[in-house]
Amino acid sequence: MAHDHHDDHDHHHDHEPGQHPPSDMELRVKALESLLVEKGLVDPAALDAIVDHFEHRVGPRNGARVVARAWTDPAYHARLMADATAAIGELGYDSRQGDHMRAVENTPGVHNMVVCTLCSCYPWPVLGLPPVWYKSNAYRSRAVIDPRGVLAEFGVTLPSGTEVRVWDSTAELRYLVIPERPAGTEGLGEDALAALVTRNGMIGTARL
Amino acid sequence: MSPPDLLALPQLPKDAPQDSGGPVFAEPWQAQAFALALRLHAQGAFTWPEWAQALSEELKAAGPMDDPAFYYERWLAALERLAIAKRLAGRQALADRKSAWADAYRRTPHGKPITL
Repeated sequence: MAHDHHDDHDHHHDHEPGQHPPSDMELRVKALESLLVEKGLVDPAALDAIVDHFEHRVGPRNGARVVARAWTDPAYHARLMADATAAIGELGYDSRQGDHMRAVENTPGVHNMVVCTLCSCYPWPVLGLPPVWYKSNAYRSRAVIDPRGVLAEFGVTLPSGTEVRVWDSTAELRYLVIPERPAGTEGLGEDALAALVTRNGMIGTARL
Repeated sequence: MSPPDLLALPQLPKDAPQDSGGPVFAEPWQAQAFALALRLHAQGAFTWPEWAQALSEELKAAGPMDDPAFYYERWLAALERLAIAKRLAGRQALADRKSAWADAYRRTPHGKPITL
């Protein structure tokens, strides 16, 4: 029996007093951009269009490396599932102050997908820049109510017996989906495996 | 907006982090700073040679770069300096606005829009 559930674990959306300010560089960009936009010197929509155009070129795609390591090294896999923040840090990928990572693993019976229902929290140190659809109201509101419908739009149809788990990101907890290792990849090394891991696979809106 | 419009960029500086597909960014703010320079140029705030000179001065002042991660720090510094020189934004206004954003983060709960 299919069981779609929305996990409220560690959900602090309504109780968080405030957030850590981002890095110095990030604040300087925001300061400059907001002043220039106010003066009408740059069009914010045009800025967004440029950034969206480079969506696939931001961030080192460290997540794919993490997934490939987890597929090939059982001890790393165990550490990743126990403490994803530390296991990701082991590969040299720093998390920002205050965010913790949790790895959620797809299995034949369980499919995980990640959303941030209230804004667009996203583990960019491992996944790069969030795609436009991740930030859209449509995805944010429907991922929880109708995950199978959303997945179908991404071309993903799950067997009716597969449980769908939707994980709602918070300010302090971000999720990385560990997709199932594709069949027939037994002979591949870590680099070749990492190349198979897509961003959407690590958000849970694609199967590999 | 089609990619050629987006990329109304005379040429990507040769030492900018890039691969065969164009520029690459280590962090989202770098793409934001990149986009700002492109748009300011496209909207006529400065010419590309003016930009290239400001950037090259920042890069020179910083000395040899042992880490490409610093490239966009220099890029942003050049952009701020040019914006101040062209009276697009004041030095104090930039500093004040930066603290205002930091305060806005500290008082805004997760999930609420961060506003000044």
